[in-house]
Amino acid sequence: MTTTATNVNTGSNYVQGATGEWEVVIGLEIHAQLATKSKIFSASATAFGAEPNAQANLVDLGYPGVLPVLNREAVRMAVKFGLGVGAKVSRRSVFARKNYFYPDLPKGYQISQYERPIVEDGTVEVLLDDGAWKTVGITRAHLEEDAGKSLHEGLGAASGIDLNRAGTPLLEIVSEPDLRSAKEAVAYLKKIHTLVRYLEICDGNMQEGSFRCDANVSVRRVGQPKFGTRCEIKNVNSFRFVEKAINYEVMRQIDLLEGGGQVVQETRLYDANKDETRSMRSKEEANDYRYFPDPDLLPVELDAAFLDEVRRTLPELPDEKAARFQQQYGLSAYDAGVLTASRELADYYEAVVREVGGEPKLCANWTMGDLSGFLNKENLEIGQSKVDAPRLAGLVKRILDQTVSGKLAKDVFEAMWTEGRDADAVIEAKGLRQITDTSAIERAIDEVMAANPKQLAEYRSGKDKLFGFFVGQTMKATGGKANPAQLNELLKKKLGG
Amino acid sequence: MSLHTHSIAALAEGLAARRFSAVELAEHFLKRIESANPRLNAFVTITRERALADARRADEARAKGGAPRLAGVPIAHKDIFCTDGIRTSCGSRMLDNFVAPYDATVVEKLARAGTVLLGKTNMDEFAMGSSNETSYYGPVRNPWDLAKVPGGSSGGSAAAVAARLAPAATGTDTGGSIRQPAALVGISGIKPTYGRVSRYGMIAFASSLDQGGIFAASAEDCAYLLHAMAGFDPRDSTSVDSPVPDYVGELGTPVKGLRIGLVKEFFGEGLDAATAALVQASIDRYRRLGAEIVEVSCPSLPLSVPTYYVVAPAECSSNLSRFDGVRFGYRCENPKDLLDLYKRSRGEGFGAEVKRRIMTGTYVLSAGYYDAYYLKAQKVRTLIANDFRRAFAAADLLVCPTSPTPAFDLGSKVDDPITMYLNDIYTIGANLAGLPAMSIPCGFIGHLPVGLQLIGPHFGESRILSAAHAFQRETDWHRRTPAAYA
Amino acid sequence: MSLTRRDVEGIAHLARLQVTEQELPVYVDSLSKILSFVEQLSAADTAAVEPMAHPLEGEVQRLRPDEVAESDRHEKYQANAPQVKAALYVVPRVIE
Repeated sequence: MTTTATNVNTGSNYVQGATGEWEVVIGLEIHAQLATKSKIFSASATAFGAEPNAQANLVDLGYPGVLPVLNREAVRMAVKFGLGVGAKVSRRSVFARKNYFYPDLPKGYQISQYERPIVEDGTVEVLLDDGAWKTVGITRAHLEEDAGKSLHEGLGAASGIDLNRAGTPLLEIVSEPDLRSAKEAVAYLKKIHTLVRYLEICDGNMQEGSFRCDANVSVRRVGQPKFGTRCEIKNVNSFRFVEKAINYEVMRQIDLLEGGGQVVQETRLYDANKDETRSMRSKEEANDYRYFPDPDLLPVELDAAFLDEVRRTLPELPDEKAARFQQQYGLSAYDAGVLTASRELADYYEAVVREVGGEPKLCANWTMGDLSGFLNKENLEIGQSKVDAPRLAGLVKRILDQTVSGKLAKDVFEAMWTEGRDADAVIEAKGLRQITDTSAIERAIDEVMAANPKQLAEYRSGKDKLFGFFVGQTMKATGGKANPAQLNELLKKKLGG
Repeated sequence: MSLHTHSIAALAEGLAARRFSAVELAEHFLKRIESANPRLNAFVTITRERALADARRADEARAKGGAPRLAGVPIAHKDIFCTDGIRTSCGSRMLDNFVAPYDATVVEKLARAGTVLLGKTNMDEFAMGSSNETSYYGPVRNPWDLAKVPGGSSGGSAAAVAARLAPAATGTDTGGSIRQPAALVGISGIKPTYGRVSRYGMIAFASSLDQGGIFAASAEDCAYLLHAMAGFDPRDSTSVDSPVPDYVGELGTPVKGLRIGLVKEFFGEGLDAATAALVQASIDRYRRLGAEIVEVSCPSLPLSVPTYYVVAPAECSSNLSRFDGVRFGYRCENPKDLLDLYKRSRGEGFGAEVKRRIMTGTYVLSAGYYDAYYLKAQKVRTLIANDFRRAFAAADLLVCPTSPTPAFDLGSKVDDPITMYLNDIYTIGANLAGLPAMSIPCGFIGHLPVGLQLIGPHFGESRILSAAHAFQRETDWHRRTPAAYA
Repeated sequence: MSLTRRDVEGIAHLARLQVTEQELPVYVDSLSKILSFVEQLSAADTAAVEPMAHPLEGEVQRLRPDEVAESDRHEKYQANAPQVKAALYVVPRVIE
């Protein structure tokens, strides 16, 4: 790894209140649904969007007499995550019951891990806005089952329970309270999001709830050693909302404290429509979870062979890939970071480089520039790009062999995107081929000189600045297609007389 | 006809030889049930049509040849085992309207073995009780004396077999719920090693203690049924993946040379003198059969009752949370909000003893008390298991009373939970340590039977059954039936 | 251990059990007796003793292959449900 992480605490994150500066302390609990085919303790499907309760079998419904049997793949994925964040993977972990009553929790308890989680003590490196790296500690990651959903529409004074999601495997990833601003929290969240997708253990779909986040937020006066009382914000399920919810909560707490009030430890819900957090009273009562080891499940023991087997399936991880991109392709840390933010984007980029046969910097510029611009504009993932890697490489090759100028290549790209054709077809159809024929450029120069005798005279009498004027005029005369370098050279010669 | 006094082997042989059909056999037992049940209340559901359909299928299989050896043998299931399409009440108002949509593994295995289902038997509510008085369907009566309890929680199955309303019946044993009623009604009942019989489809009381088993007249009969019920089940994570021995084939293993251990702590205070005398006579009989009698000590065993009454309620409080009036089971009328739905559905759906245990369990797991109660009990459980491990280094089998007294009067202990709990003093240890154990009849005090308990090491079912069989070849206590049901 | 009415009310609430006024003193009495009875455990020396959660030591959790082996049977499963609408289990409104 090329990054040297340091805990940056420059003070720039401090929040100015009416009575002084405040430090923000944030820890995140991320729930990543593991991308298994079947549920963690039953053979029901985990697919999103089925008809209500169509994917809830006897085990998921908590029917009397049924028993859980653990999904091997869920364990494998949890181990993969542990190895991916350099954590300690427990050779022996234990499932416990977390007891509380809620309609979306069929058994009246959630099977989770409490005292002996499968993953402990990991770290990730997060790149902050100022270009510095920060190490964020991962306290633990444990396996548990997801709950169902309560629906409220069309049922009058009642709610309807859909248990399709009940029993979907979750990896709960708990960070240390290392984060010092909403932006840092988002950067960390994005890093974990990148990581779980690299590891292919979670599809990362935040809209469908496959990747969710609760934030524990507290504030303390700068210099105060003890943490303040924290609130847990639930239901923050987009990167933007995480940032907004934390910022709202920070200001709420500071206002409260500066007004002489106290922060109450509680669970709060983020309401995106109103952009505020509010107390979730319903969750407050059930805080005595009465954890105890689940007698229906035995301790999970993993041997060295299992861990080795999982280790062999680890892909190149984002930090390693970014380091390699810097080294192998001569990219800046920033560019390498952007290109490795997702495995698909990195793969796309490398496919372009491979196809072009070099020129990594130019390939990077096109991937991060025009391609990403179009993707963002249309809100598409790299996998949905209308220009695939071989086609982008085709365009880059035409730039390199001077068939098309860099400037016109932008128009070519737009046409490729909208018309779905390759670079050569677009260049041909639109007649955008670059003019490199010396005599053709010379002819154009001659015409411009003839049409602008006054400017020619001024130039020749020492008004050098007019050179640009002649470049522009000649470029215009060639429809923008003249090779700029050749044009410059020939123009200089001709104007000089 | 005296088909109800036949052994399982004799029934199987008679069916194979076509001396009687499975339908005739089922009809014989159904008539006995229909006549006796109003007095005994042993069955909560009689599955007449299902029984006759099962029997016809068994007869067809016998006619075709290649039928399994138990084809046509009637049995009853404790109403804790889920039966697809048949009400499974667990003795509770909570599940009075509950029709299981699936079969328990035990039910499935015994059906595949060709047995015929006569009905579902009464039990203490959610298996919590030692007298069968906590059932929503009213108490079961002891066929030897209708004023006495049959023991519990599998009181219905025990009474049914004792009154010869079924040749065999399933039970479950969390703290003695097979062995104690077997003793109190004078039949044989075995609780196998934890993990030997699948718990899938057996409604959970205390998951780390619950184990399914069987009641029958004799150890030999138990061996036939246990062989058909036992075995690995991938649907139960605590089921043990090891082959099932030939329990029937190994019944003849001689007792000679067997080291029988007497647990010193089991012969102290609280044991009824007449019961002690019968147990002593049984020990003497084993000595005459060539067994070597040794004394062993299990110093932590007297703590088994308090240990159990922390561990079992803790697990039960969590296991019974699923009964919330949402997906199945009892729901209160017009709940005004969610909390009201929960509290009244559970408050009205569960009986007093179940609520008492849920509250005990809730308390011992709650913040601030977990270490002092639950964790402490789990540690004492280790001590008890260690005691047994040491005992089995010196002995091959342990012998002791099953219950401190013969059957007691209905209503005599219901108001005093501690006295009731102390009925299980000799049986609970085996559950805490996961050991197989069996009760067999060893005599009478007046008109009431007394049970002898045999406890084996893990997976020592075969040793227990053969030792019990050797005893039963020498005695006829197990052949005695109450006069009214002869 | 002697519990108060408030203690028992608290436990009953945590366990979501309605306990009537008539039942309450009975539970106060019997739960207190049970807790006093089990308190004899505190006399046992359990220093350096591991708690035992399962009766079979050495057995470890089996792992199931990740295969879907269930089809939609919600109609059968919901036959036991007190109230269902549009395949959803209906409960009094859940307030979040």
